[in-house]
Amino acid sequence: MSGRIIYLDNNATTPVDPEVRAAMMPYLTDLYGNPSSMYSFAGEVAAGLKRARAQVAALIGAMPEEITFTSCGTESDSTAILSAVRTFPEKRHIITTRVEHPAVKNLCENISLFTGHKYRVTQLKVDDRGMLDLAEYEAALSDDTAVVSVMWANNETGVIFPIAEMARMAKKRGILFHTDAVQAVGKVPIDLAALDVDFLSLSGHKLHAPKGVGVLYVKKGTLFTPFLIGGHQERGRRGGTENVASIVALGKACELAVSHMAQENSRVRALRDRLEEGLLARIPKSILNGDKINRLPNTCNISFEYVEGEAILLHMNREGICASSGSACTSGSLEPSHVLRAMGVPFTAAHGSIRFSLSVYNTEEEIDFVLDTMPPIIASLRKLSPFWKED
Amino acid sequence: MWDYTEKVKDHFENPRNVGVVDRVDGDGQVGSLSCGDALRLTIQVDKASDRIEDARFQTFGCASAIASSSALTEMVIGKTLDEASKITNEDIANYLGGLPKEKMHCSVMGREALEAASADYRGLVLPMAQGEVVCECFGVTDLEIIRAIKESHLRSVEEITNFTKAGGGCGKCEEKLRAILQKTVQGEAAQPAASGKPKRMTTLQKVKKIEEVLDREIRPVLKKDGGDIELVDVDGDIVTVAMRGACGTCAKSQTTIKEYVEKKLRELVLDSLIVEEGSL
Ligand SMILES: Cc1ncc(COP(=O)(O)O)c(C=O)c1O
Repeated sequence: MSGRIIYLDNNATTPVDPEVRAAMMPYLTDLYGNPSSMYSFAGEVAAGLKRARAQVAALIGAMPEEITFTSCGTESDSTAILSAVRTFPEKRHIITTRVEHPAVKNLCENISLFTGHKYRVTQLKVDDRGMLDLAEYEAALSDDTAVVSVMWANNETGVIFPIAEMARMAKKRGILFHTDAVQAVGKVPIDLAALDVDFLSLSGHKLHAPKGVGVLYVKKGTLFTPFLIGGHQERGRRGGTENVASIVALGKACELAVSHMAQENSRVRALRDRLEEGLLARIPKSILNGDKINRLPNTCNISFEYVEGEAILLHMNREGICASSGSACTSGSLEPSHVLRAMGVPFTAAHGSIRFSLSVYNTEEEIDFVLDTMPPIIASLRKLSPFWKED
Repeated sequence: MWDYTEKVKDHFENPRNVGVVDRVDGDGQVGSLSCGDALRLTIQVDKASDRIEDARFQTFGCASAIASSSALTEMVIGKTLDEASKITNEDIANYLGGLPKEKMHCSVMGREALEAASADYRGLVLPMAQGEVVCECFGVTDLEIIRAIKESHLRSVEEITNFTKAGGGCGKCEEKLRAILQKTVQGEAAQPAASGKPKRMTTLQKVKKIEEVLDREIRPVLKKDGGDIELVDVDGDIVTVAMRGACGTCAKSQTTIKEYVEKKLRELVLDSLIVEEGSL
């Protein structure tokens, strides 16, 4: 493997931005006080938290008091959904989708572990482009529904769901609405002030802050029950001494995201399209997974038929190219991605799916290198494949 | 990231004997696209000597599936069909310096393809194609599962999944797998006794059997002398017992253990057992 890394796996995690790192460093060195302490030395630390809260709020159109810092996107998802079902203890129905991240999917499927009683869970279907059917959603909403949890954008395909409309439909029925926006924040504009969203989750490490810090937005006026109970931190919404350095980093990352977002939607989108169009043109029997239009600007999921994803990734790895796959062998299970299966992607294609996810750090030169490197990799594996018929 | 040996990486990156042999004498195809791995092995056989002159593979699958196939072709070329038929999936894995346990099914697939190719050459129908499908996700039959349990001494459902993929999909067949495992393991213990071959027992089975013999045969005899015996531990073939009552203080207890208890247990349970005295 050469020394160079071409990182196209930004939906898995992102590199920490140098400016973000610079912003957090003082809180790992001199500014070590506990933000809850009384002396002015700790006051500087508390000021860092306050600034971060305002920076996060600004990115998503929220008020600072609607922002609660957590340890990750997963904690935010659990906190939101469990709080919502506790708000309506007599309601026993949850609506979500078949393509949620495990942070939501597995929680909903196992919610009785927390609540002590069974819930009916509707997992909305998606079509072959990964899109929801709002008529199915409308029909699923009922008086027994406690909460709807639908992701803003899908981590595997980048497909974006119509959150504004879905939240409005839930609100009309008095149902709480949560959205896992971990993949959307920083990539698409979000203005929570204009939305009927009660809870929104985001995660630092997907937008160039470190791993292990997240945010739960709770709309002002929405009833809330904490998940971690302890001290009065986060106004009693989340006990535990704050991960100050990472929170400050997340604040800075959100500030930078405001300016990066324009780039995401112009330069990054153009790079993604160049990659996508190039691969689809150069490699026969390659198929785009997910809707071409309603999609994050940085994500591209392509199936290379008749070859297997892990084998592709290992060859890419030799060239220093980092991406991920929905194949069985890479998911740690024996079945390919639940997202692709929900979309009805045939097995011939699901096992050979590769997700490329870009960021503002990628260059045209990198994309061109990938475009030159991928066709021979796929061709060499197809030569091994008993299903590949050259024609 | 999987932890592959250098040998696996080498066979994956530089696969040997890819393609189809010039004269296909035996053609073995296993797996399917839906399962995520499939292998076609073709062999060219010298009729006079039954020796495999050439073997080639085509594989759809992950790095370890490709490496296992490549290794298999190297292993069989030059061997007679009889010699080749002795190759087990463990041999393939060992040839590669080992495979991650989640990937053992890749080596099993290799062995199955070899069997299929040999059977095809000999005009036989493989018994594996029969049996009842237990895992519908991956189309694995009970016969295949039982065979894997016996050959690779599998002792948990997770191991069955690693070796055969059965149970790795929706997971609905888990209970069935557990039942097959239990039956097969018990059968394994009972079967050799009938055929008089050396026994292979799990510790649990040993403990059960030993307790039985203690109860039925040994205790009544010791009790006549005001003594008793208790089973303390079974570790492999080492059986630790404690003498109680009169036997506990009897100077001859050591002799009783060796001359009587050990003899009885060897006769009625397993002839490799060693009985020692210990305390609780
Ligand atoms: C859509 C989505 N939700 C939740 C998460 C979990 O976030 P975290 O890793 O911070 O717990 C991820 C990250 O993998 C994600 O992509």
